[in-house]
Amino acid sequence: MSAAVLAAPVSRQARRGPGGASARAGWLFILPNLVGFLAFTLVPLVSGIGISFTDWNVVSGLDGIRFVGLDNFAALIRDTGFWQAVGRTVLYAGVGVPLTMTGGLIIALCLNGPVFGRSALRVIFFIPHIVSSIAIGFVWLLLLHPSNGLVNLALQAIGVADPPSWLVSQDWSLVSLILITSWAGMGFHAVIFLSALQALPEDLYEAAELDGAGRWRQFTTITWPSLMPTTTFLAIMSMIGHSQGFGLIAFLTQGGPGDSSTTLSYLMYQNGFQYYRFGYAAAIGMMSFIGVLLLSAFFWRFQRGRGMYS
Amino acid sequence: MTTVAVRQVRQVSRSRRSSARAGYVVKSVLLWTFALLFVLPFVWMLSSSLKRNLDVFAIPVRWIPDPVQWQNYVEVWTSGAVTMAVFFANSLTVSLIGVVGDLTTSAMAGYAFARLTFRGRDKVFLLYVATAIVPMQLLLIPRFMFFQQLGLYNTLWALILPGIFTVFGTFLVRQAFLAVPQELGEAARIDGAGEWRVFSRVYLPQIRSTLAALAIISFVGSWNDYEGPLIMLSNQNLYTVPIGLTRFVDADGGLSAGLAMAGSASSVIPILIIFLAFQRQFVAALASSGLK
Repeated sequence: MSAAVLAAPVSRQARRGPGGASARAGWLFILPNLVGFLAFTLVPLVSGIGISFTDWNVVSGLDGIRFVGLDNFAALIRDTGFWQAVGRTVLYAGVGVPLTMTGGLIIALCLNGPVFGRSALRVIFFIPHIVSSIAIGFVWLLLLHPSNGLVNLALQAIGVADPPSWLVSQDWSLVSLILITSWAGMGFHAVIFLSALQALPEDLYEAAELDGAGRWRQFTTITWPSLMPTTTFLAIMSMIGHSQGFGLIAFLTQGGPGDSSTTLSYLMYQNGFQYYRFGYAAAIGMMSFIGVLLLSAFFWRFQRGRGMYS
Repeated sequence: MTTVAVRQVRQVSRSRRSSARAGYVVKSVLLWTFALLFVLPFVWMLSSSLKRNLDVFAIPVRWIPDPVQWQNYVEVWTSGAVTMAVFFANSLTVSLIGVVGDLTTSAMAGYAFARLTFRGRDKVFLLYVATAIVPMQLLLIPRFMFFQQLGLYNTLWALILPGIFTVFGTFLVRQAFLAVPQELGEAARIDGAGEWRVFSRVYLPQIRSTLAALAIISFVGSWNDYEGPLIMLSNQNLYTVPIGLTRFVDADGGLSAGLAMAGSASSVIPILIIFLAFQRQFVAALASSGLK
């Protein structure tokens, strides 16, 4: 490639941009990634949207695709199972995201000052984030066992006579998943918050201290507003993560017992890859996509409106 | 300064120092107590992986297994038709090819997006960014069909190929290249270096730590992926580690606890080694990818 560029005729040299590179070099550098992006992301995305307007059972093959317009969406809106899954997803994210973020922020604030064994703590909090959901699932499956699990034995030891059945209970399955997900994600949030905290200029706090501002006032007037962009970023990332959350749910509860932990992403998997109703599954994916898109836009505007960059 | 004032200043600084020390102790104790919640499940996993099934649930918990059941590891790694060794080989194949591919295509594309100027560049990049929010499951349906049509369903290629071309990698590398001064390349171009040479000899070495971070993120991501193998594979001989682990749950929900823990602990080892070795770059790049 270098030879080709060097040997380029004068006319092409003249078309070089301010970076000094020719247009052809730019496209050639992007090409390998672009081909993969088109094949595995963009075309599937467009097809996925297209499939949501069809009635298509995969068993019938490509010939069995039938265009049905908005039928899938109309059916979804009438489907109580769908709305229940929406509710569970909202609960899963609505409780899980703030819980994970608050925990992460508290850990980060503590780790920001001097503390015993700081680097070891950073690793400890982060480890659950890099362990596969299946390994994490196995540990909690055993620890949360209703009668033999360590968690309930500990609860009984401190006087809880009738501890929850956690993953095998209709009332507690989603709660269990929220707790495990937050546990696993807190360290990641802490690390991101921590690096934002360490980027804050020290003299801001010194000035505030001279003016007599206490710890809490320093937090509300300096720390929290400066963390706004990071908080928005984490909120959006975490919300996307929760709305797509799959591994733990699929492994630990399969959406059950009953459908007590069937969130949108699991409902979509069920319809697509267990019942092979691809059209319906794609419509669920579209609805969840639109929901996440609107929420992200809202968060972004909110931050723009009041963050430090306003 | 009068002696009274000096004494006052000393008192203030002493009380501040002692309250800071008390704060240090209280904070350390609280944080380490909280940290137990994060580390004990893994200690318990390790301990249980060396126990007989019966002893896993024995009360009170014996943190040091007795007898030590090394047999659990021997069994998950060697016995039966499909072993941990097979899952590890499959996972390593998928993850290693994925990492090399991802680094190559991301570095090239990220460089072009950041440091080369050409018509349509920003529109293409906007297209990349816009897809980051699409639910994975929506992409999996067409990919499943695509791989089936190509005859790649139920092969490791169905897992490898999507991992080679990632929007996240391109984005991360682009961010890193944007921080490298443009003048560096100008100088090399004036000296007559071609584009490929400028990229590989001048710019690429500047972002070594980001590449290391991307390698880890990419490896960990594909090593831990569960949904892809669940959908794309049906042949047990091709199973990767996470989906292979589920073998320790019987069809009726019965579980060999000791074996499950030995398998789980084994699965964590490679990422733990990599993470501990490259922790600093990893965290730094991860943080900067989200903040700048």
